[in-house]
Amino acid sequence: MSALGVAYIIILFGLAGFFACRAQARQLEQRGQKMHSRPLYYGWWAFFVTSAPALLFLLIWTMSSNLYLERRAFSHLAAQNTAAMPAASAMAGRAENSGAAPAQSAGSGLEKAVLSDLVKNLPALGGNIADYAQASYASVREKLLTVKNIALVENGRDYMLPLAVKWLETRRILQKTGGAAAIILAALAFAGSFYYVRPAFRARNKVEQLVTSTLFLASLLAIATTIGIVLSMLFQTVHFFESVSPRAFFFGTVWDPRFSTAAGEAGATGRFGLVPLLAGTLYIALVAMIVAVPIGLFAAIYMAEYASPGLRSVIKPLLEILAGIPTIVYGFFALMTVGPFLRDISAALAGGQSFIQAQSVLTAGLVMGIMLIPFVSSLSDDIITAVPRALRDGSYGLGATQSETVKKVVLPAALPGIVAALLLAASRAIGETMIVVLAAGVAANISFNPFAPMTTITVKIVNQLTGDLEFDSPQTLVAFALGMTLFVLTLLMNIFALYIVRKYREHYE
Amino acid sequence: MSEGAGIEKNTPGGGAQAAALAAVTEEEPAGKRRDIGLKRRYRAEKRFRFYGIAAIIFGLFFLVSLLWSIFAHGFGAFWQTTITLPVVLEAQVIDPDNRLAAEPQSVSDPHFLAMIDYPLLLRRALAQKLGVAADNRAAMREIGQLISPSARGQMRRFLGANPRTIGTVQTIRFLASANVDAAFKGQINFSLPQDKRRISDRQRQWITLLGKEGLLHKSFNTGLFTLAASANAESSGLAVALIGSFYIMLIVLVLALPIGVVTAIYLEEYAGKNSFTDMIEVNINNLAAVPSIVFGILGLSVFINFFGLPRSASLVGGLVLSLMTLPTIIIAARVALQAVPSSIRAAALGLGASRTQTVFHHVLPLAAPGILTGTIIGLARALGETAPLLLIGMVAFIANYPVSPLDPATALPVQIYMWAGEAERSFVERSSAAIIVLLAFLTLMNVTAVFLRRRFEKRQ
Repeated sequence: MSALGVAYIIILFGLAGFFACRAQARQLEQRGQKMHSRPLYYGWWAFFVTSAPALLFLLIWTMSSNLYLERRAFSHLAAQNTAAMPAASAMAGRAENSGAAPAQSAGSGLEKAVLSDLVKNLPALGGNIADYAQASYASVREKLLTVKNIALVENGRDYMLPLAVKWLETRRILQKTGGAAAIILAALAFAGSFYYVRPAFRARNKVEQLVTSTLFLASLLAIATTIGIVLSMLFQTVHFFESVSPRAFFFGTVWDPRFSTAAGEAGATGRFGLVPLLAGTLYIALVAMIVAVPIGLFAAIYMAEYASPGLRSVIKPLLEILAGIPTIVYGFFALMTVGPFLRDISAALAGGQSFIQAQSVLTAGLVMGIMLIPFVSSLSDDIITAVPRALRDGSYGLGATQSETVKKVVLPAALPGIVAALLLAASRAIGETMIVVLAAGVAANISFNPFAPMTTITVKIVNQLTGDLEFDSPQTLVAFALGMTLFVLTLLMNIFALYIVRKYREHYE
Repeated sequence: MSEGAGIEKNTPGGGAQAAALAAVTEEEPAGKRRDIGLKRRYRAEKRFRFYGIAAIIFGLFFLVSLLWSIFAHGFGAFWQTTITLPVVLEAQVIDPDNRLAAEPQSVSDPHFLAMIDYPLLLRRALAQKLGVAADNRAAMREIGQLISPSARGQMRRFLGANPRTIGTVQTIRFLASANVDAAFKGQINFSLPQDKRRISDRQRQWITLLGKEGLLHKSFNTGLFTLAASANAESSGLAVALIGSFYIMLIVLVLALPIGVVTAIYLEEYAGKNSFTDMIEVNINNLAAVPSIVFGILGLSVFINFFGLPRSASLVGGLVLSLMTLPTIIIAARVALQAVPSSIRAAALGLGASRTQTVFHHVLPLAAPGILTGTIIGLARALGETAPLLLIGMVAFIANYPVSPLDPATALPVQIYMWAGEAERSFVERSSAAIIVLLAFLTLMNVTAVFLRRRFEKRQ
């Protein structure tokens, strides 16, 4: 029985505890006992007491037994490896003959993966697994391929089979004992849970404590996510900086990761200069802001100050449709409509030769600007309407026209909020992916020509992390360094924006 | 600002002052109403107003042109051309070595079925209809291009299911090739020279001929929703993407909704005002603004590399998008909880309910519609998200329907991305059609959210 099946049984015990204890509490109540809590709370407490310890035990048991099995098999593998090292590394097709140490570590990493894969797929064959202990790897592979259509890698070794069989058999025994122990634990706890059904036991307080701590734990997930984001990128980034110096990354002006060269070949690390990517990112974001800020801001001013409520209730949702459209749709629009349109129109203007390329900073920036219009307009709209009525009335009373009031009174009052909104919009432009993937191009060059393609950090993250991944080559690892840069960049902008908002929020309240 | 100067003053010194001012601004005789630049100011007012209107018109123009471009590109893909043909299932072509005479059961052998030259049967059937000699090799090759390559698999399945039909004539409906489809819908510009378009003059005549005989049909394209990935535009569909997106939405709903609501309840109803609560709040606000691609990196290194979950699985996609949607749901749920009047809480507490009872029995049911609205909007955003899914390997050619969330799948926006990157022009139409499907789902979700909000507001 799998761990999942055992978990189901434990939960069934928990439910049994719930119903049994609730019924017991009801009976006591009917007999005239004065119970501290309603029967329901005794039921819930019994459910918790019955299932939680057993589930926790099962989880720890499963995790530690998997860890133990892996450790044991890999130590056997290492022993095999040192004995048959030259043959194994030749078989694995590794061309390193420079040093023995790297060959062994790389080889064993590969073999661990092969063995894990074998263990994962061997049970699919069914029957008595022990029969395969003496079989050859090639025959098992053949059988899996023909019978179950599962493809294993070719370069497994025969000595892996006994290891895999032993792994699986021990795992079965461990699973059985662990599962049995967990079920016994649940059964014992079920019997013991009746102890709590007595008048003096404060079941409601206990259950409410439990609920409160669950709520607290759930709210920690937000922090865990942030920590996860930082850690997941930090380790790989540090790893990346072991092979490429931070100076070459942050100040390098050439992006040429050289995908084709084999990993480990000396001097073939490629060049990972951040500058062209950063320049492209900022340039495209700048174009987007040039499009979005005037349109968004003026639209917001019109809606907040001029439009009648009826008009406003039509236009505002219409503009917000733009915010609800997925970015992939904008990317497609840029690729299929805006890019060709700009190319053709420039060809018509210049008489034949088009000077705007279909994939260009202008295309990506323009479409991204369209995407940001509702973002800028609805944020600014909120901020402008939050400016108190009294300020406007004062200005009108002094004889100012409406536009003068907006320009000289309302906007200065709303300025911190608007700056924050623009910062948030800019941070979104920097982190935007799909539009630039489809419309900005992949060539990493530094130029100030808005009609030529440029590339961005996000495009390169997508390029480096789709397809085959090698987590020991800088070609893949650089994506994590890029992601870290992006994260820090947008985080700083967001924090700054939130800081401004917080600082100036209470100004007029 | 000079508004102050425009106020009429009746004090004795005022007249001289006003005259001096008038002399400075414009040369007009004193005693007449002073010009205080009103015309200029009204012009500026008009201009300013015009800027606002222009900005809104620009915004709406972009919206309309975007939607129009998508619909114009993609509307055609909801119809698909098919060819109905009487095919002679010639025994010599199907079984050239006469294997069936010796072992009749081999007709169900997939190996045998895979070896048959189906395109030859189809070419001959078409050539007969079009009156082309079978030995005209150039013409036969062009004839072969009329029918979708997916007809091969269709014939194989047909023969496997109906082995008795060998030697008879069967009328079967096939998908027309993407180029024929385009030509039949009138999307090909025949004024171009022949080598610059996808359909030759001869093929054009044949299409007209087939159309006249009633063998070409344009019908609603159910394949768009039921077929999996394919190398040919006409036989590729959204099924895998729809299933994948469905699983992802389900996982996001199951994970992000309860966790988000519970977090919001903690922050709104339980947490004390201290620096730790402050930290959680700042954290959530920041997470809401983290670029989505960063969540993809998180998914790749935590769920796939660390926990060893399979690549391309919709489970991983669901987990990543759950984390991404969580801040949206938390923020929406907090707003909904804040909107519950505090008199409700006071009344419940005053009647002796505990804090937990107050929250779960009284506050939460009142906040539920608002939470639901926020959740639907969060789900809609997750449905359209592409970038993180690219990094966890959901961008793949998947020909089998995913049975469980652990199977490789794609998602609707990822399928759009993949089709947009195809070199063949016929995929553009499919891609736009997929966008229409995506937008239809998003509209449905948002309309539901608006509807719920309206009902809720009315009831209050």
